[in-house]
Amino acid sequence: MVNASERIRWYPGFREIALLCLVILYAPLIIVMIYSFNDSPSITVWKGFSFVWYEEVFTGPEAERFKQATVNSLLIAVCAAITSTAIATASALAMIRGRRFRGQAITFGLINLPLMVPEIVTAVATLIFFASIGFDRGILSILLAHIVFCIPFAYLPIAARLQGIANVYEQVARDLYATPGQTFRLILFPMMLPGILSGFLLAFIISLDDFIITNFVKGAGVETLPTAIFGAVKQGIKPNIMAISTLMLVASFLLVTVAYFISRMGDQSK
Amino acid sequence: MAGIIKKTGDSAKSADGTQTSIVDGRQHLLLLPAWLIIGVLLVIPVLLMLTYSFLVQDFRGGVIWEFSLEAYDQFFFDRGLFGDEPPSIEWTYIGIFWRSFVQALFAMIFCFLIGFPTAYFIATRPQKSRAFWLFLVTIPYWVNLLIRTVSMKFLIRDNGPINTWLLSGGIIDEPIGMINTSFAIQLGLFYSYLPFMVLPIYASIERYNFALSEAAADLYSSRWMTLFKIVIPSVRPGIIAGCILVFIPSLGAFLAPDLLGGAKNFMIGSLVEEQFKGQAGDWPFGAAVSMILLSIIMVILLFYARAQIRQNDGGH
Repeated sequence: MVNASERIRWYPGFREIALLCLVILYAPLIIVMIYSFNDSPSITVWKGFSFVWYEEVFTGPEAERFKQATVNSLLIAVCAAITSTAIATASALAMIRGRRFRGQAITFGLINLPLMVPEIVTAVATLIFFASIGFDRGILSILLAHIVFCIPFAYLPIAARLQGIANVYEQVARDLYATPGQTFRLILFPMMLPGILSGFLLAFIISLDDFIITNFVKGAGVETLPTAIFGAVKQGIKPNIMAISTLMLVASFLLVTVAYFISRMGDQSK
Repeated sequence: MAGIIKKTGDSAKSADGTQTSIVDGRQHLLLLPAWLIIGVLLVIPVLLMLTYSFLVQDFRGGVIWEFSLEAYDQFFFDRGLFGDEPPSIEWTYIGIFWRSFVQALFAMIFCFLIGFPTAYFIATRPQKSRAFWLFLVTIPYWVNLLIRTVSMKFLIRDNGPINTWLLSGGIIDEPIGMINTSFAIQLGLFYSYLPFMVLPIYASIERYNFALSEAAADLYSSRWMTLFKIVIPSVRPGIIAGCILVFIPSLGAFLAPDLLGGAKNFMIGSLVEEQFKGQAGDWPFGAAVSMILLSIIMVILLFYARAQIRQNDGGH
């Protein structure tokens, strides 16, 4: 019986296409990783394994520039992720635990608006906004722009988690005379934590990733890691770019893995 | 005192019988930050951009606050070098939009052709390996898009690994010129947004009831007939969502055309960027191009929302 239904679900070639899909997704990344260990200044001829380009990243002539860009990127990503996660948590509570209210659909649309407006349009609009109010373009303008598009990414896992928590726990706490603040702090917040953490991590990654909007709203001389890499790539792909790319790949991979296990942990504790 | 009695009286139900909630009375306060941030930093800027598209370019940079249709006129009409000839249709920018549209459409089609079978295959795996497959497809989604585009550029360059291997293998005599072609942009868009297609389709197929496929088989439907007549119509919402998630970012993409397409193969993203960061410096024109792009996308999303609503109504 199981075999029969298995056979009905099966389509010839789908497994091969799925494998092809993985090859397409990973091949360019893996090849860049391999070549980042190449001991050769000409980047396509393989001359043996070496860490020389990683040394170059940390001690070479461009090291200072990339270090500053990394510090900027991390600073912005941490601040944007914390702020957007806090905003998203408050919004999710109001949207999911509150009564229906007029404008709820519009509010939902507003929270997801940054996902619907194409990045390049958001970039243009934000640049025009900052320029017309005379806002100094630098770290702060980048941070503000990042908070906006991080909100929906933080909101989705938090709202999903909150929807999965039955509201009997809060009801019981309230029946036992807990104040709303205590109920949130002692009951709801710990239960929401997996969603909040994965929301934070996703917002963090999204902020770290952004190029287009950052490129528009950054002032002259202020760089984040993606804008610094873009600037360098414009002059040709040098091996140290591949080393930086590999480091960023590994960092993204670790963050996504952590986010994945946190959300799985949350599902199991349900 | 009254509050306590009410609470103890009827297990956290308020007078009108609805359940009380910890956010009662604080709902608007909790939503205020999101309203403020997105309102001030996205809604107002988009309205300001709309305003800018009707202003006059200041050649020292920025704009002159004076109403004008010049930016839109420049987009659609050609009035000769000195602006005194009778207007004819200006094809340059419409052409860029058309090219972007076609490229985004093909990116969508290729993503579907690879993405649908992949999503179907993952959704029919046993629970354990399904999570692993899903994890593998999700990772590239979160890897920096710039890094992924640069990797693709590295791979297909004239002296990149693909050409080097083909040359040393004696398969070709001179490098295949892949970089700086529209093929490269197509490949880049496909590669950038492939996970966007797989994930929503997967979510739809996971909810699909395979008893339907079995019933179809019992009624002598062939395998492929079942796929086209039963499975695909059932998971249509996921397919449409995937197509939109690929098409919209492809239409306004900047990195793939800029890094892979080179200077000749302009797309909308590069056209806009040039008005603000590049040589052109024509802010009203850049704002007008952005507004046209945004309008096209809003129309697409509107049709999508209407189709969703109709589908939900039909389901009940």
